[in-house]
Amino acid sequence: MNLALAAFVLLLAAVPLLGTPDYFLHLGVTSMLMAVSGTGWAMMGRFGLVSLGHGAFIGTAAYVMAMLWNEVGVTPWLGLPIGVAAAMLLAFLLGYPCFRLRVVGHYFALVTLAAGEIVRLLIVALREHTGGSLGMTPRLAPDAPFLAMQFSKTGFWWMALLVWVFALLVWWWLDRSMASRALAAINEDQDAAASIGIHVTREKLRVTIISAGIAALGGALGAQYRLYLNPESLAGIGISLQIVFGAIAGGMYSMLGPSVGAVFTIGLEELLRVGFGTVFIGAAPFAYGILLVLFILFLPRGIVGFLLRKR
Amino acid sequence: MDPFLLEALVNGILLGGVFALPVLGCNLVFGVVDVVWLCYAELVMVGMYAVWFLHTQQAWPLYLAFAAALPLVGLLGVLLHLIVVKPLLGAPPINQLLATGGVLFVLQGGAMLVFGTDFRSLGVELPPMEWHDVFVSGTKLAAFCAALAGAAALWAFLKFTYIGIAIRAIARDREVMPLMGVDPRRVYVVASAVGGALAGLAACLLVVQLDVHPFIGLSFGPITFMICVMGGLGNMLGGFLAAFLMGLIVSTGSFWWNTEMSYVIAFAFFIAVIFGRPRGLFAR
Amino acid sequence: MEEPALVLEGIRAGYGDFQALFDVGLRVTPGEAVGVVGPNGAGKTTLLRVISGMIRPTRGTARFGEVDIAATPAHELPASGIAHVPENRRLFPHLTVEENLKVGAFIPSARKRFAERSEYVFNLFPKMAQRRHQLAGTMSGGEQQMCAIGRALMSSPRILLLDEPSAGLAPIVVAQVFELVKRIRDEGLTVLIVEQNVAQVLRVVDRAYVLDAGRVVAEGASADLAADPAIRNSYLGGH
Repeated sequence: MNLALAAFVLLLAAVPLLGTPDYFLHLGVTSMLMAVSGTGWAMMGRFGLVSLGHGAFIGTAAYVMAMLWNEVGVTPWLGLPIGVAAAMLLAFLLGYPCFRLRVVGHYFALVTLAAGEIVRLLIVALREHTGGSLGMTPRLAPDAPFLAMQFSKTGFWWMALLVWVFALLVWWWLDRSMASRALAAINEDQDAAASIGIHVTREKLRVTIISAGIAALGGALGAQYRLYLNPESLAGIGISLQIVFGAIAGGMYSMLGPSVGAVFTIGLEELLRVGFGTVFIGAAPFAYGILLVLFILFLPRGIVGFLLRKR
Repeated sequence: MDPFLLEALVNGILLGGVFALPVLGCNLVFGVVDVVWLCYAELVMVGMYAVWFLHTQQAWPLYLAFAAALPLVGLLGVLLHLIVVKPLLGAPPINQLLATGGVLFVLQGGAMLVFGTDFRSLGVELPPMEWHDVFVSGTKLAAFCAALAGAAALWAFLKFTYIGIAIRAIARDREVMPLMGVDPRRVYVVASAVGGALAGLAACLLVVQLDVHPFIGLSFGPITFMICVMGGLGNMLGGFLAAFLMGLIVSTGSFWWNTEMSYVIAFAFFIAVIFGRPRGLFAR
Repeated sequence: MEEPALVLEGIRAGYGDFQALFDVGLRVTPGEAVGVVGPNGAGKTTLLRVISGMIRPTRGTARFGEVDIAATPAHELPASGIAHVPENRRLFPHLTVEENLKVGAFIPSARKRFAERSEYVFNLFPKMAQRRHQLAGTMSGGEQQMCAIGRALMSSPRILLLDEPSAGLAPIVVAQVFELVKRIRDEGLTVLIVEQNVAQVLRVVDRAYVLDAGRVVAEGASADLAADPAIRNSYLGGH
């Protein structure tokens, strides 16, 4: 299994060298980065910590990175980790009181939803720096593309692949660690878990911060790739639900589930776009929604979960 | 007092009235069925399109279009319950939340497919009222009164009818209800219908004030849920009061700062409330 | 109309893998007051839950007159005359006394007779009449028990199932509650009462079953059971 995965990753690394058309590279980069965010979300989602506000982390990281570059001239190579760190700090500030005060279930989902909206609205409100709802573009630097992290699709393909493999490694490490068993126990029965010595707040907080960091990494890199940021597509309820959709469609209980979900989502979107064109704007969310409902009704463990059960 | 501040306060109370109906509807459904309809604001959006379509495209008189929106969205609520929520009643609560989130996309995408992304205006406006230099939009005032009337009607329904009392009872103890001859599943359907109809009523009051477009739900959906939680999920009176509190925060926030910041303050206030009183401001 | 009898034969029931009742048989004829006594965990509450349809027996038959209890949804049983006052009363504490009674009168036949039935209940419990607009949760334990019984009586039942009406009440209040139960049965209502307070309940009922570890270990007229030395030792020891 691990060997097969390694071979697959090598194969993916070779894809840009085979003269693959830009269009497919673009789909690949987008899918991989979305897979990163979805994998990050599922790290906590699979333990019943359902966040509807991962857009808050993505938006924070992306805008911190882009504003550092535009306003101060800090290279995104530094800006990206700083942005991700900011997102993780936000996750800490939000998660600590939530878990300390036992905000769980619906309440947790709605608190995170509010956090996502707050970040989105802040981006809009600070329009003098962020461009508001019109969005912003990182300052182009044709003379120093590497420093500005502005390179070709091939370059981003490798970066996305690297980040994706990193996300999977984090999942794998988490899955094998004691933390994963502790979180499973907490999800089962928080009081029982606490009574056998599991530090509930700390375990939840740790996975939340990691989850936020991974999701933010994928999202911010996506913004850098597109060279365009806007509050609706990086923060708020829309993007947050989209991440959740991908993770659930693919299956949030398996390592590759969210990745499969991302490919599925992007593929579906492209299919609808090519099939219907712009005439049928709205077809994508419509189909998304129906599929999301169908998945939850009939395949709550997602595509991968379903396939694994068959075996 | 500064007439502009006074105006902001009056507008805050009027805005609270507008928030109140979806909050009551959402809370009613949550209290009974134990499911948050994440697509509640999108149900309101469908109602707004219905009124707009019937009035401007089919030339129905406005009151008839209003009268049609209530049962229409009520029916939508029943369908939502029967098709999406009911099969998931035994599933983890978060699955129900996410499934209604899927419906959010369906309704949003459906609205785009049918009506496009243009902003649609009803083109109805009542003259503003003036009182000691304080100007209040006549439309907003009328909507506010209608919202209060709707809330009063809901109160009477829950206070005086057998099914209404059963709805309040089931919110506290659903297991014991069959012993009273109450079929909980039937009460769920009734609550979903009433919750939907309240979304329909909210739609009537919003469509006279705002242009409708497929994404309008995103603009007041989140704050609706925040208010519900602040008041205590399922606590009708708490939600009603919290709606006015949020209305005042938003309108005075816009007076001192700007609209987005006022919502940022409102949401931050919400998070602070949850940290201070996890079961809502008015938890007993 | 002939009053129906409650007949249980070979009932097995439980929760998941846990079996609480083993081949329990029981019969309550119209107009009778019957007790089910036994220690904690004997399956008494489970027995009542089977009769009111809250759990389904895995084996055996349960009939109330013509009604096959196991084949009828729980919420339809009140209409056939079964009223169950559950363990811990389960009032709606945030509703007023009158609203609690209204929930008890939910079924269509009871709604029509609401005025008449509430007058009957208020007659039976004059205190309830004074407190009709008070929130049920603010009353004392004894008053809450009366309210719970009143709520069950609103549907004009033909059999009243009482689960531990004395639980958690002060001795003097317990005596009042049993006095009321006596009055209700003297008016001709069939009563099936489950109790741990064996001595008290045997004074109120005509017959009783002794349930232990899910099996009926003895049955008979209350006077005979109260006099039986074996029963006295095992179940009346502390009283």
